[in-house]
Amino acid sequence: MLLMDSSKKISFNRCIREGDLVIVYEKHDTMKAVKVCENSVLQNRFGVFKHLDWIGKPFGSKVFSNKGGFVYLLAPTPELWTLVLSHMTQILYIADIGFVVMYLEVVPGCLVLESGTGSGSLTTSFARAVAPTGHVYTFDFHEQRAASAREDFEGTGISNLVTVGVRDIQGEGFPDEFSGLADSVFLDLPQPWLAIPSARNMLKQDGTLCSFSPCIEQVQRSCETLRSDFTDIRTFEILLRTYEVREWKMDHSKFEDGSSIAGPPCKRRQPSSEASVGDDTSFPAVVARPSAETRGHTGYLTFARRKCVS
Amino acid sequence: MSESKPESGPVINPRVTWEGCSVLLDINDGDRLVFARLSAGSTLKIGNKSCSLQPLIGCTFGSLFQVEIGKEKPYLSRFVPPTDDSNVQDEGGSQLQEESRDNRAIIDNNQAQTLTGEDIDAMRRQGATGNEIVEALIANSATFDKKTQFSQEKYRLKKQKKYAPRVLLRRPFCRSICEAYFKKYPARIGFLRVDALSLLLSMANATANSDVLVVDMVGGLATGAVAERLGGSGSVCSTYLGGTPYPTEIIRMFNFSDEICKTIMLFKICTFFHFSSEFCGVPSMTCAQFKMKPVSESANMKMTIQWREKTSLSVGTEDVYLSSKNGDTDLVPENKLSSSSKTCKAPKAGEKAPKQAIQSWKENGFSSLIIAAPEQDAWGLVKDLLPLLTYSAPFAIYHQYLQPLATCMHNLQLEKMAIGLQISEPWLREYQVLPSRTHPCMQMSGTGGYILSGTRMYTDTSQS
Repeated sequence: MLLMDSSKKISFNRCIREGDLVIVYEKHDTMKAVKVCENSVLQNRFGVFKHLDWIGKPFGSKVFSNKGGFVYLLAPTPELWTLVLSHMTQILYIADIGFVVMYLEVVPGCLVLESGTGSGSLTTSFARAVAPTGHVYTFDFHEQRAASAREDFEGTGISNLVTVGVRDIQGEGFPDEFSGLADSVFLDLPQPWLAIPSARNMLKQDGTLCSFSPCIEQVQRSCETLRSDFTDIRTFEILLRTYEVREWKMDHSKFEDGSSIAGPPCKRRQPSSEASVGDDTSFPAVVARPSAETRGHTGYLTFARRKCVS
Repeated sequence: MSESKPESGPVINPRVTWEGCSVLLDINDGDRLVFARLSAGSTLKIGNKSCSLQPLIGCTFGSLFQVEIGKEKPYLSRFVPPTDDSNVQDEGGSQLQEESRDNRAIIDNNQAQTLTGEDIDAMRRQGATGNEIVEALIANSATFDKKTQFSQEKYRLKKQKKYAPRVLLRRPFCRSICEAYFKKYPARIGFLRVDALSLLLSMANATANSDVLVVDMVGGLATGAVAERLGGSGSVCSTYLGGTPYPTEIIRMFNFSDEICKTIMLFKICTFFHFSSEFCGVPSMTCAQFKMKPVSESANMKMTIQWREKTSLSVGTEDVYLSSKNGDTDLVPENKLSSSSKTCKAPKAGEKAPKQAIQSWKENGFSSLIIAAPEQDAWGLVKDLLPLLTYSAPFAIYHQYLQPLATCMHNLQLEKMAIGLQISEPWLREYQVLPSRTHPCMQMSGTGGYILSGTRMYTDTSQS
């Protein structure tokens, strides 16, 4: 978000200023977006943090509360923004978002149409992908949500790349003014097949379309509708599996016959306070295992290309 | 909503081919993938015949062509499938429910077809089109009518692929290039699957105006992908260890404009550190301190040699080569510009970084880091490159193996160099969606690698 404006870009020299949006990082799954204001404070389980203390510090700094607790202040990125939003509404997650942007072939200068806007999490990533010369037109039929999205885009500094409209795409289709101009169309609707004929009109030849649906019945119906004017129709599921990493001291002294469970060969000695090099009783190893909790399903992603007729 | 409509400039996002452009030819629906460069003289070999690629110049990407066997020689002709003909497998979902045929009486003894090879050649000489031959084969098959509808379509498709092969003109983009390589030569790109690549780009926040530091040992795919996202602004610093830059032939397939090519710069790690110590107060590292597992030299050499010998960017399993009547190579070797017509010139990417770029990187730091070195030790690279990133900059490291990333993550935590650390493994499954026949595809990729991502913390260097 900051990168797109050269004057605000993060750098060694750039410090936190009044009015900046920062991501307050408490721990891995606890983050919050805060607008820096010199008279404001942030209050959480670690204590009270004065914004004034933040001004002048570099992004990525550790800052302390009155009780000695601390948090980190990070520069906003679309990924961090998605994690911040994830506690609020049902959204697409990082894996889906990244894949969609690549598979739709969205690059700087593209014109992207989207419906529904929802919380604007994907919209933010589209904006990043089309910057600085492209544009994202996003539509939601819920007036309040559209207004709230508009506010968010102002706050994250991407409102010059995104236009939010209130419109029922399923009922009315996309506006005619975009006919034949869209490079990509993204649909996150309960009945996307109703919007597909309009999407067909909006797209350039060989333009890309993606429809996100949680249920397979929706996917089947969408694919059926796509077949007449689209080609290269492919449906995917994408999930991210995360791993936990621990240090594991294995005690060799237990094995009398001299054999041992060898840890994976460590290329480097941990520089911290590990046992001395000649230690023969324990051998620290770093081990990884998949996290016990993981997401099972978000939705099916169906992609297609507008057929070439000329 | 009535602002001036933005135009996707033809320079940024061309949708029509031009002479000298790089294309990806998809033959018979993914059976064969060939990278080619279009020119008046370039040809494509299908079966045992060569077709000129000239009819493809000036066409929209996404156009379909069919090989027609003319009286003299085969040629590619533009083919627009009628809407009721395409993807016939789904035709009439209701018909499937009434299907009473099955294959119990069909004996596969190779005697069902009454047309011989000579009959077919005779038809060709008389000017029959590929489609006519397919129809004739169907008409002369004793078992065709006994087959189920699904089976009939499979038969028709098989004959069409042989006698009237189709060529789809694809735009070489990050997605199509990655998929083509992953399908045919995954080792060359370190088994970097398209979803893993998309994660690298997202997690590292590759966007316009950013200065991205890249260690690319996947043939240039990562560098090209980042440059595509940057679209001509910012910079991509492609850095390397040792004496020679890594092979990056894949960058040439991207059809980058001059503007984008200029953003891709080469810069050697050692030099970087000597500069760093002067300007940033970061302790300098000598070359000797790089305890890297050496890159398998022979693998790299082979890649470069293969490319030069074949002068072809083919990823087809058969031998496909491009020939050019006037003797000019269609593909420009890395450090040599063809002196022939401008139209055949491939723009040069990967110039040595100019002083002002280096200066800017020194002063501001890189805005993100991507490492795609699937056979290197991750921690070794990260600990030396991370100080070059600006504070709060994100990074993403791809590796084929989990353990090096686990070690790297652990060390980053101990050294307090980064936060928000996460090791992710992307899982991707494709589905077949057809009436009454929807299920996940039978084949699936087992792995797309692992990614370690995080954000660089601010460290008070006065303490280190």
